[in-house]
Amino acid sequence: MTHDKEGIYKYLRTEKKFPLIWCSGCGNGIVLGSMLRAIDVIGLDKDQVAVVSGIGCSGRASTYVDFNTLHTTHGRALTFATGLKLARPEMTVLVIMGDGDALAIGGNHFIHSARRNIDLTAIIYNNYIYGMTGGQISPTTPQGMVASTARAGNIEAAFDIVKLAEAAGASFVARGTAFHVNQLDELMERAIRKKGFSVVDVITQCPPIYGRYNRLGSATDMLRWQEEHALEAEEAEGLSAEDVKDKFLTGVFVDEEKPEYCEEYERLVLKVQEKERG
Amino acid sequence: MEGALAAGVRFFAAYPITPANEIGEVFSERLPEIGGKFIQMEDEIASMGAVIGASIGGLKSMTATSGPGFSLMQEHIGFAAIAETPCVLVNVMRGGPSTGLPTRPSQGDVMQARWGTHGDHPIIVLSPHSVKETFDLTITAVNFSEKYRVPVILLMDEVVGHMREKVRLPAPESIEIINRIKPDTPPHWYKPYEDNKTGVPPMANFGEGYRYHITGLTHDVMGFPTSKPDEIKASIERLFRKITLGLKDIQLYEYVMVEDAEVVIITYGCVARTAKQAVQDLRKRGVKVGLLRLITLWPFPRRALEPVVRRVRKLIVPEMNMGQISREVLRVNAGRAEVVKVRRVDGELMTPQEIVEAL
Repeated sequence: MTHDKEGIYKYLRTEKKFPLIWCSGCGNGIVLGSMLRAIDVIGLDKDQVAVVSGIGCSGRASTYVDFNTLHTTHGRALTFATGLKLARPEMTVLVIMGDGDALAIGGNHFIHSARRNIDLTAIIYNNYIYGMTGGQISPTTPQGMVASTARAGNIEAAFDIVKLAEAAGASFVARGTAFHVNQLDELMERAIRKKGFSVVDVITQCPPIYGRYNRLGSATDMLRWQEEHALEAEEAEGLSAEDVKDKFLTGVFVDEEKPEYCEEYERLVLKVQEKERG
Repeated sequence: MEGALAAGVRFFAAYPITPANEIGEVFSERLPEIGGKFIQMEDEIASMGAVIGASIGGLKSMTATSGPGFSLMQEHIGFAAIAETPCVLVNVMRGGPSTGLPTRPSQGDVMQARWGTHGDHPIIVLSPHSVKETFDLTITAVNFSEKYRVPVILLMDEVVGHMREKVRLPAPESIEIINRIKPDTPPHWYKPYEDNKTGVPPMANFGEGYRYHITGLTHDVMGFPTSKPDEIKASIERLFRKITLGLKDIQLYEYVMVEDAEVVIITYGCVARTAKQAVQDLRKRGVKVGLLRLITLWPFPRRALEPVVRRVRKLIVPEMNMGQISREVLRVNAGRAEVVKVRRVDGELMTPQEIVEAL
């Protein structure tokens, strides 16, 4: 995979913004690398790519990549991306968010972007916790797990990003992990290519915060946990709930053709203008 | 709305709210006709986010709201201020706080318009008092936002917002349109936040070959986050400097019969209409009264007030709030003239008689 390394490097602001702020062992770099490989494979023009991010550890991702990059406010990345996409429909707009970012403070924008089916690719760095602020519970923290605001264990139920995105109307929904990199590269590529609102839920490790609170060991241990607990959706067919109770499913869950917002808007403009002309 | 289109606004995002609904409804019809973009967002936070995103994409962008929505927009006003993204917000003021008086006029958001978002930040706030002036000031607001790369707030009240008057619109070619200055350097030399003579750096739109970083974090001249004290100081001070350098251009006001006035009424928005009537009535009785109408509320036009304060015996400040601009008047006045506040917060219009009684 030597070409991959070269491929990634030409998209990084290595001279300007490295070293990056992510902790050693953090999975964010793997997820970002996967996105860059997908961009490389598709062959997108850097000038026509925008990366929009929110606030939190994942939010810093936009700083490190050599595109049109917009680091927005907490939870609102999708709203900025919506305006930008409408202004520049020809651009590829990728939105990087964390789990708290996308689903707690930004939950409303997430479901409405999916409902509108606007052509954005939402990549959620899902590490089950608010890392940057010190380890509070997030909407994806599993029940019973420990966090700085749940020392005795989290009593709240977690969101299933895949089900949420599907129910809200996204035209492409997938889940991958930081461990299964080849699969993740493919999921990213399909998500970016998809015309419509695409969601990739990426399970990624946070060893120094989530890992430490829950005694999950090193980054290697946490990656091994991903390896052992991820189950490709296709391989889960026919299995009972009991069979998969410790597992989470990965792969593509939704890939549908639906009317895309910007295209629908263009159609509306044509219709209105034709009517104007009589 | 016609003013916005004439000024080149091609993007409008908003969330329904009384009494600002008509603005969005008209845009939803007019923008597609001319190839512009309209979107109804899921809330006001989203509306303001979309407005900033579209402006970064190169479209002149605008939103409209009222009290509760204006509160929700505050965080993104700060983002537009630090990222220096041109945009215009219309706030048709209602009585407050909270849901307050949605269908009645108020001027309660004057201070919020200045200081609603956190941190030190530049802002321009304009307040029209007639339909024609709303047209003109919308163009001015768009022009200021493009020229100074700053969010501009058009602070209206329910009276002016819902007023119907005959307006003769100027010929399109007679309207001055200002567009943001784009960089003329090649992309690899472009420093998006570098200081210059005006304090306003050229702005590259996304998708036009200048790949750079925009953030709400305090940033260096390249747009990247910084925590170095000298870089922070320079960037925050420049945000103020660019507005200070433009004060003469930005601070708009109108004098009515102040030359020989012993008493001057200081007013803005719909109350200015009442005050003009009061001036006429009093002049008929031989009272030497004049009027200073503030068109720009922020940055507060001290230069308009100072010569008045030096001469007059008394200043009357009628407002449809508990006293907001009057605080600025008191500050500039610094104990020289007598200052009388006239307040009204019951949702009813102020009458000329109330102002006359303050004499």
